[in-house]
Amino acid sequence: MTGSGVVLRLDAITKRFGSLVANDDVTLELHQGELLALLGENGAGKTTLMNILFGHYTADSGSVTAFGRLLPPGHPRAAIAAGIGMVHQHFALAGNLSVIENIIAGTERMFRWRSDQSKARAKLAEISDRFGLRVDPDARVGDLSVGERQRVEILKSLYRDARILILDEPTAVLTHQEAEKLYETLRAMAQKGLSLIFISHKLHEVLAAADRVTVLRGGKVVAERRAGDTSKDELAELMIGRRVARPVRDKREPGPVVMQATATSIVAGGTAKLSDISFELHAGETLGIIGVSGNGQATLGQLVCGLARPTSGRFELLGQAVVSPSPRRFVSAGIGRIPEDRNANGAVGEMSVWENAVLERIRSPRFSVAGLVRRAAGRTFAQTIIDRFDVRGGGPDTPIRLLSGGNMQKLILGRSLETTPRILIAAQPTRGLDEGAVAAVHEEILAARRAGAAVLLISEDLDEILELADRVQAIVKGRLSPSVPIGDADPRRLGLMMAGVWQEAA
Amino acid sequence: MDALYIFASVGLWAAILRIATPLIFGTLGALMSERAGVLNLGIEGIMTFGAMIGWLTVYHGGDLWLGLLAAAVAGGVFGILHALLTVPLGLSQHVTGLGITLFASSLSYFIFRLCVPVSGTPPTIVPFQVLHIPGLSDLPFVGEAVFRQTAPTYLAVILALVLAYVLARTPLGLAIRLVGENPHAAESQGLDPIRIRIGAIIFGSSLMGLGGAFLTLSAFNSFFPTMVQGRGWVSIALVVFASWRPERALLGALLFALFDAYQLRLQQIVGKAVPYQVFLMIPYLMSIAALLVMARRARVPQALMQPFRRGER
Repeated sequence: MTGSGVVLRLDAITKRFGSLVANDDVTLELHQGELLALLGENGAGKTTLMNILFGHYTADSGSVTAFGRLLPPGHPRAAIAAGIGMVHQHFALAGNLSVIENIIAGTERMFRWRSDQSKARAKLAEISDRFGLRVDPDARVGDLSVGERQRVEILKSLYRDARILILDEPTAVLTHQEAEKLYETLRAMAQKGLSLIFISHKLHEVLAAADRVTVLRGGKVVAERRAGDTSKDELAELMIGRRVARPVRDKREPGPVVMQATATSIVAGGTAKLSDISFELHAGETLGIIGVSGNGQATLGQLVCGLARPTSGRFELLGQAVVSPSPRRFVSAGIGRIPEDRNANGAVGEMSVWENAVLERIRSPRFSVAGLVRRAAGRTFAQTIIDRFDVRGGGPDTPIRLLSGGNMQKLILGRSLETTPRILIAAQPTRGLDEGAVAAVHEEILAARRAGAAVLLISEDLDEILELADRVQAIVKGRLSPSVPIGDADPRRLGLMMAGVWQEAA
Repeated sequence: MDALYIFASVGLWAAILRIATPLIFGTLGALMSERAGVLNLGIEGIMTFGAMIGWLTVYHGGDLWLGLLAAAVAGGVFGILHALLTVPLGLSQHVTGLGITLFASSLSYFIFRLCVPVSGTPPTIVPFQVLHIPGLSDLPFVGEAVFRQTAPTYLAVILALVLAYVLARTPLGLAIRLVGENPHAAESQGLDPIRIRIGAIIFGSSLMGLGGAFLTLSAFNSFFPTMVQGRGWVSIALVVFASWRPERALLGALLFALFDAYQLRLQQIVGKAVPYQVFLMIPYLMSIAALLVMARRARVPQALMQPFRRGER
């Protein structure tokens, strides 16, 4: 808990990018042994503030003091020397190098005939033990899981004797279990005297892990609370500036089966990616597939989008067996898709919003004629999506990479829903989105279901499944559990199903 | 059967090391630069320039070693040019490199023509002589096949081993590798990716200059503008074949030289029945085949050809 003095002080920091004020007179204190959460929506200025603190950016005014000493602005090396370590959201690691190499690079005198790895190993082992951050020093970083890579990032800072650690959205890329483990570790580190700041927009994490919460909105500190003295509702309201209610599912009778897998398996590269899975998807209902990522969701997503062919078993789309699948045929059969990784599979970053909006339907006569693209129709279509789905941050001609994650997701959702699909495949639709965007995406998914679409929701977020799904099946190591009506599911039972214990869960 | 007897001749084996030497220098040069994340297609031109400047230095009375030094320094100067354009300015590495090749090749011929009048027979110098290593050079067969080379050849082999060690075991080598894999990670570790990249390019370009100079100061004794003959491009391919590792670069260069030495001798046996151009293709065809096998497993430096800009992720 809160120990003695203030170890870090940000004083009246202001930073402008052009006309945008990213940080407006922000003052912040961090105490010894404290775990402070910096809460705010995307674009609230959290990351900018931390980048100023670490010296990646220079503030227009204000100062940073660490352990009583003023830090020179714009010098990451000075911040490192002062005992500040930063773990970026996008890891700064070299995948082809080993763990120990990533950690010791730059810590030794450059021109020596040997790098002293035995000493480095001993120090690393000592730090690993003290904080419970176990990782094989000789493993290639590219072979590690995301959670392990994050451990390497934290170890990098600790190896350099960091006493203040800043983590930028540390759980954005982690599974639920990894995230819980991480916060356990962070709490233990705080108890051992380190001081930590983590950036987050996930309310339950902030409440569960932090000692104190500072809420940023529009670049300003709007509130400061002790984690014990506040609630999810209060924080949500402070963060967004208004009340946001997650939409609620209404009861509906399911329609006919539109997609069906019967004992379907997919083997790729000699390993079974999906084994004997069976599910039925009805019109007007949402089937939730819950599971820790990496358990076959990616292959399942490929199967239902026409990107992978079943190795054995039967897979039917609208009552017809699928023999030679192709994404184009699936799209024209009325399947809308929200891919798991929107940057890799959902959008082409360098292309404009309207091009991304029409790309999957470019062959339809609506958007092309005689091999020529109908640009006007494409732009109009994009504008319709922008208006209807409240996509902010650009018009039809803006490159899509300039949109925030939430707005890009709304566009992807919009292009699928604008021409009401019969089936909507939503894979991790709200991963990395902030509270306001989550509510918007949920509302649209429910609206699609209300309009009679069948929704296949692949997610690892328990709350999301409980709020949206009518029935739920768990995916574990490429297998699917039998389906359970959502009325019979509670977090404990779902947890057991996700662990693969189906009989006990039943 | 004669085609197999070639392998029993001492001449073949002695030729391999000689043919391999410029490739070893060239490949190591390209490799060091690529390990830091920068492709240097200026290699063909830099080798030509090195060949010219080395020869010219000796022709004007300089020592052979001074000739090598001049070639290394000239290579380094082109390296500075490539480095400035591709690292701080972040221009396309392909275009810059090809531009340097065109520029350096033409400039070589221009300077050569300025300094040496046109004549029917090209002027010559006295090149490096075989370095006799007591004991080793006198071994039967092996001595003649391996240990009767000129000094730069031994230098090339030793250099390959030293660089293999430096990359794998020293803090400097680790820094170079990290910059080539992820310059942002290097920066967050307090290293300066820009300085490391510039340094690696300049060093690599010096080696390319040395590779060129070997041609005029050891393999032949005169300069002509087309003498590099694609050795630079072969070096670029050998880097991939070597999976960006100096010790494998050495093996790759020797393998290519083996094909080359072999086809020369095969030509003599087969005679005029088959056009000689067919034989000239052999080493290149074999290289493509070898590349197909090796390149699939190669581990490319992840930041190769990606310009690094501070604060951009």
